[in-house]
Amino acid sequence: MTARDEVLARLRAARDAGGATPPDVPRGYRRTGAFAPGSAEVVARLDETLTDYRATVHRVADEDDVSEAVARVLEEAGATTFVAPPGLPARWVAAVTARVRPDEPPLSVAELDRVDAVVTGAAVAIADTGTFVLDALAPDQGRRAISLVPDHHVCVVRADAVVSSVPEALARLDPDGPLTFVSGPSATSDIELDRVEGVHGPRRLDVVLVGPM
Amino acid sequence: MTTDLGNGRMTTDLGMPTVASDPHHHLRGTEPFPVAAHRALADTQLRQNLGHATRTIRAKRAGVVGEVDDWEELRRAGEGVKADVMARLPELLEQLEASVTARGGVVHWARDAEEANRIVVDLVRETGSDEVVKVKSMATQETGLNEALGAAGIAALETDLAELIVQLSDDTPSHFLVPAIHRNRSEIRDIFLREMPDVDPALTDEPRRLAMAARTHLRRKFLSATVGISGVNFAVADTGTISVVESEGNGRMCLTLPDTLITVMGVEKIVPTWSDLEVFLQLLPRSSTGERMNPYTSTWSGVTPGDGPQAFHLVLMDNGRSNVLASPDGRQALHCIRCSACLNVCPVYERTGGHAYGSIYPGPIGAVLSPQLTGIDGPDDVNASLPYASSLCGACFDACPVRIDIPHLLVQQRAAAVEAHGRPTAQDVAMRAAATAMASPRRFSLAERALRLGRLLGRSGRIRSVPGPGASAWFGARDMPAPPTETFREWWARRDRT
Repeated sequence: MTARDEVLARLRAARDAGGATPPDVPRGYRRTGAFAPGSAEVVARLDETLTDYRATVHRVADEDDVSEAVARVLEEAGATTFVAPPGLPARWVAAVTARVRPDEPPLSVAELDRVDAVVTGAAVAIADTGTFVLDALAPDQGRRAISLVPDHHVCVVRADAVVSSVPEALARLDPDGPLTFVSGPSATSDIELDRVEGVHGPRRLDVVLVGPM
Repeated sequence: MTTDLGNGRMTTDLGMPTVASDPHHHLRGTEPFPVAAHRALADTQLRQNLGHATRTIRAKRAGVVGEVDDWEELRRAGEGVKADVMARLPELLEQLEASVTARGGVVHWARDAEEANRIVVDLVRETGSDEVVKVKSMATQETGLNEALGAAGIAALETDLAELIVQLSDDTPSHFLVPAIHRNRSEIRDIFLREMPDVDPALTDEPRRLAMAARTHLRRKFLSATVGISGVNFAVADTGTISVVESEGNGRMCLTLPDTLITVMGVEKIVPTWSDLEVFLQLLPRSSTGERMNPYTSTWSGVTPGDGPQAFHLVLMDNGRSNVLASPDGRQALHCIRCSACLNVCPVYERTGGHAYGSIYPGPIGAVLSPQLTGIDGPDDVNASLPYASSLCGACFDACPVRIDIPHLLVQQRAAAVEAHGRPTAQDVAMRAAATAMASPRRFSLAERALRLGRLLGRSGRIRSVPGPGASAWFGARDMPAPPTETFREWWARRDRT
């Protein structure tokens, strides 16, 4: 008997002994959140929850204003280089003076470690929890390593990507490619269960939030 | 069939529910809970550390749970999804296997801890690497994977901060979420100063500085690692998606940068569909770290060309879970999502800490999971003492995000512990003696008078032990007031005369 056959046989016997009738799963929880996707209210709530977990939020009304905000953020951080995923909209970084390192061909881990920052978009953001999600298959977000190794992440979140709740976000996501849910900069609660920001992931997180103010 | 050999040990027949193997004694300690708890209670530093940490986390959890107006509905959904998983577990696992395989992953099956360890060791050897980076995982703690890798000449580097603290101090974990919860900041600084070769000797005990020291210590290892090892929070059957929930980014490092990723999961960590995560990604972070969402959650499905490890292995492990699944009520213990909320609210855990439970699964859930995974070998099995590590106050049920009825399971496991009494213990002998004494008025009166001798033993007004069969077992966890100079019946008789 292979391990596979044996484990499955054990589990079938156990399942039958303990009960094999699937229950009806009660789904009384809310599948839509308090605010409409993309609304001024949902964007304002996202601003609050992101800030609560120590991301720095920069509000701009229009996509034309993104590049100035990104430029200012990188300059303030003293970043002289940044990595860009292959499909990062050029208009988001038009005003940036730091030198771009395109991830095309892919940069090595050692190269990524020498880059000061990374600029990406986001697939969706969740206002209830202060989360944005990176989809590695999306051209403006790129493979996972580029938003992990550099110590400073600048993420551009457009209002049309902002939803209230976790269920609304998951419904918009395709799990086929790798996804990374990010809620604030890297942190730990491992010392006396107090939250401390800044461990292995990017220690600095700026979010440029584009939408109604 | 499994066959009871009469001493509580089972022989295993092929294909029937089977208890866990425990090659490195991570599911069963060496002494009964009361003995270990006595020692823990005497450690005032430990009680201070635990009291501080659990108070902090209880307040944080209460705050973020209070924000969610459909929390009870989410709990009921979490309970329902897990019950559904148990009823369809074999079919869901086959579906998961097919989904992962279709996306370029390789699925392995392990009957027990030894087999899981052997599979992982062989996979690491095939890569030619003698070092692996690890994301904190209860499943690989359970199997003793680090010991097995070490025996094969492979260094396993724990990368979660608390797990690193435990590994550096050659300690054992005492909490699911924060394995070093029993250490305070100054103890952690001392460990780092002693065990980290390149650490700044001016390191202070400021948590931020300690976290930075860990970052520096591990960074080079992350950037050069070729093999990563992880556990699983949730595995989605229909999409083959694996998720790991973490805070520090060490998980992302281990899951993203190596060429090979090996993931070990207990078979119960499965959910049927992608949308089921909408329930658990709300329940877990708020119950666990008391955050609206943990900093990082990674999900991946098989292998993605051009991104992350190009070789992905998933090890599906039974190790006693079939034994738990066979119990209609007991299988609820497999619903656990390892949030540790029940530990943080438990008045027993808060005072004794996790080590007293012996198993790497401590606290209320551990007290019902560990004895079911290992089975109870007989009256002297230390895991038979775990279900008594509770006042049955019910706080664990209220805190559990998937509504596991832990108090009910504790009572049920107490019954199982009693059933394991195939032969009389010292306490049984004492109880039988008491029954004999109480059976007739004459014998009871003799026994009462004998008790008066107890006054000689109880100088402090309490009796802490008496000689005689079974007495030491009885007094192991109790003392009693010294008896009065006169029994009630003597007083009654005297009163009648006057």
